[in-house]
Amino acid sequence: MSLAIEIRRLRFRYGRGPWVLDIPELTIERGERAFLFGPSGSGKTTLLGVLAGVLEAEEGEVRVLGENLASLSSARRDAFRAEHIGYVFQMFNLIPYLSVLDNITLPARMDTGRRARLDGAGIRKTAALLADHLQIGDLLKKPVTELSVGQQQRVAACRALIGAPELIVADEPTSSLDFDRREAFLELLFRECERAGATLVFVSHDRTLEGMFSRTISLPDVNKAVL
Amino acid sequence: MLVFDLALKSLRNRAFSTSLTVGSIALSVALLIGVENVRVGMRESFSNTISQTDLIVGTKGGTIQLLLYSVFGMGSPTNNLSWDTYREWAEHPAIEWTIPYGLGDSHRGFRVIGTNEDFYRHYRYRGGQEITLAEGRGGSGVFDVTLGADVASELGYGLGDEIAVTHGIGEVGFLNHDRMPFTVVGILDKTFTPVDRAVYVTLEGIEAIHFGWEDGAPPMPGDEQTRAEVLAMDEIEITQVTSFFVGTTNRRDVLRLQREINDYEGEPMMAVIPGLALNEMWQGIGYAETGLRLVTIFVVLVGLLGMLVSLYTSLNERRREMAILRAVGAGPNRIVSLLVLESVCLAAAGAIGGLALVYVLLSAGQPVVEAQAGLFIPIRPPGSTELLFLGAVVTAGFLMGFVPALKAYRTALHDGLAVRV
Repeated sequence: MSLAIEIRRLRFRYGRGPWVLDIPELTIERGERAFLFGPSGSGKTTLLGVLAGVLEAEEGEVRVLGENLASLSSARRDAFRAEHIGYVFQMFNLIPYLSVLDNITLPARMDTGRRARLDGAGIRKTAALLADHLQIGDLLKKPVTELSVGQQQRVAACRALIGAPELIVADEPTSSLDFDRREAFLELLFRECERAGATLVFVSHDRTLEGMFSRTISLPDVNKAVL
Repeated sequence: MLVFDLALKSLRNRAFSTSLTVGSIALSVALLIGVENVRVGMRESFSNTISQTDLIVGTKGGTIQLLLYSVFGMGSPTNNLSWDTYREWAEHPAIEWTIPYGLGDSHRGFRVIGTNEDFYRHYRYRGGQEITLAEGRGGSGVFDVTLGADVASELGYGLGDEIAVTHGIGEVGFLNHDRMPFTVVGILDKTFTPVDRAVYVTLEGIEAIHFGWEDGAPPMPGDEQTRAEVLAMDEIEITQVTSFFVGTTNRRDVLRLQREINDYEGEPMMAVIPGLALNEMWQGIGYAETGLRLVTIFVVLVGLLGMLVSLYTSLNERRREMAILRAVGAGPNRIVSLLVLESVCLAAAGAIGGLALVYVLLSAGQPVVEAQAGLFIPIRPPGSTELLFLGAVVTAGFLMGFVPALKAYRTALHDGLAVRV
């Protein structure tokens, strides 16, 4: 099985501050559903930022789907992320003035690679199907500002999943959901990842979710920067 | 298409600040185009007032002054020419026709012009159009009066009404020739020139109402003549005219004739070529026009700078939006295009709004300006100058859009995503 993520001697810090990440080695295979946990401040969100190319490693090598992110320019990293990575942000980061449908379709409208993977179905049709799977199919025309937190979370997930990106990174997307809704959301996310054959890196400090994933990674164990 | 869609939705999301920005650009563009319209309209209005007249002759003085009081009903004549001198020149072989004007009186703020049938026969305006009558006939009797279209409509006069002339050409006069009223015998069609705002009587009429006024003051009580006495006269001797318009038999003679008149020794007099005198006048006020235009261009620049400030300052609030767009795949070109397009949309909406505002104001203000200033500002489709202005505004908006656009793309992606809103 080839590697989806390959990290060697990664070091990262914000500005001239202390090291936040110091990871000698970490690999995740394609198709894995990795659960990355750690206490607050252990660098979970920072690591996802580095994997998605939002943050740039100061030292070491980060290969995502075989591409060395350090060798890419800022613009190329944007393009790479757009085509290959679906990112579910902790804060959802939806565009407030767009409807549910417009938010979901945004990555596919932005990137030709994501658009090409729609299997001949139109962007709107695919978005509607995804929304149906995540039980927000009847909200497509609504402004995202009128949705509940749980509904916004599912919109963010649909946006990350559209166009079947090879890697999904999800940053504590269930943190504001109750237990039942959390499980239902994860089942839907897994189903969609499986359907697309995507690798999932899921960050949370809630270890009750651990059993639902194929692999668990304790960040404090791999990140030497955590005291 | 995606960028356009995003730009429009983003602008709509900030509807209040967007409309304020568009409004300020629209106002400045309206000022720029409005001033240009008034400038062109004013020039056209002046140029259209008189046509096919080769020379205007009056007593010696300023060329522009002669043009203004004779043609445009502005300012006051300094002196008159004797009737004999006028007749001598009217019979000059190089002169085909003349129109004599006797000025100096008014009626309720409108100028009274003493003339004869030659006015109706030879006066031409706007590309050679003739004076036509909407009602009645051109005055020929001593107490006949023909009214310009605006005089009749504003004062509500009709055929058969009697009007009294006031001595002097001020808005308000105290010395009325009310013992010798004139009878309205005709109303002219509208010309959109100062002709509409003048009252036309005969030269004999002007002489008649001034019987006994030889020293400039009203006749002593008992010395006044009545209308009936005047009408009973066999002939009224005309003594003077203020100026006269000349049409030459051959236009090549105009310069020679002008020199001849200017050198005339019988009485101090001068002839001006209307087109040249107008040019002289435009040159005189050209500096003011340039200054005014510069001011309006600066006003537009201030409007556009307001847009730049608005876009630039809103970027801080939009850091997260820009970061999300980048995070979901908007490359540098898309982010720059989005902000430049927003800027172009604002400038274009402002430009179109400004143009629309000009037309609304022109439609509403045209009758008022015409009534108050005697200036007809035509309403017509935007010409090349207006389109050039609009193009310049949109281009400036396009160029200014790059300032916030480049800043937006340089803002760290992580910084934007970390913003909590």
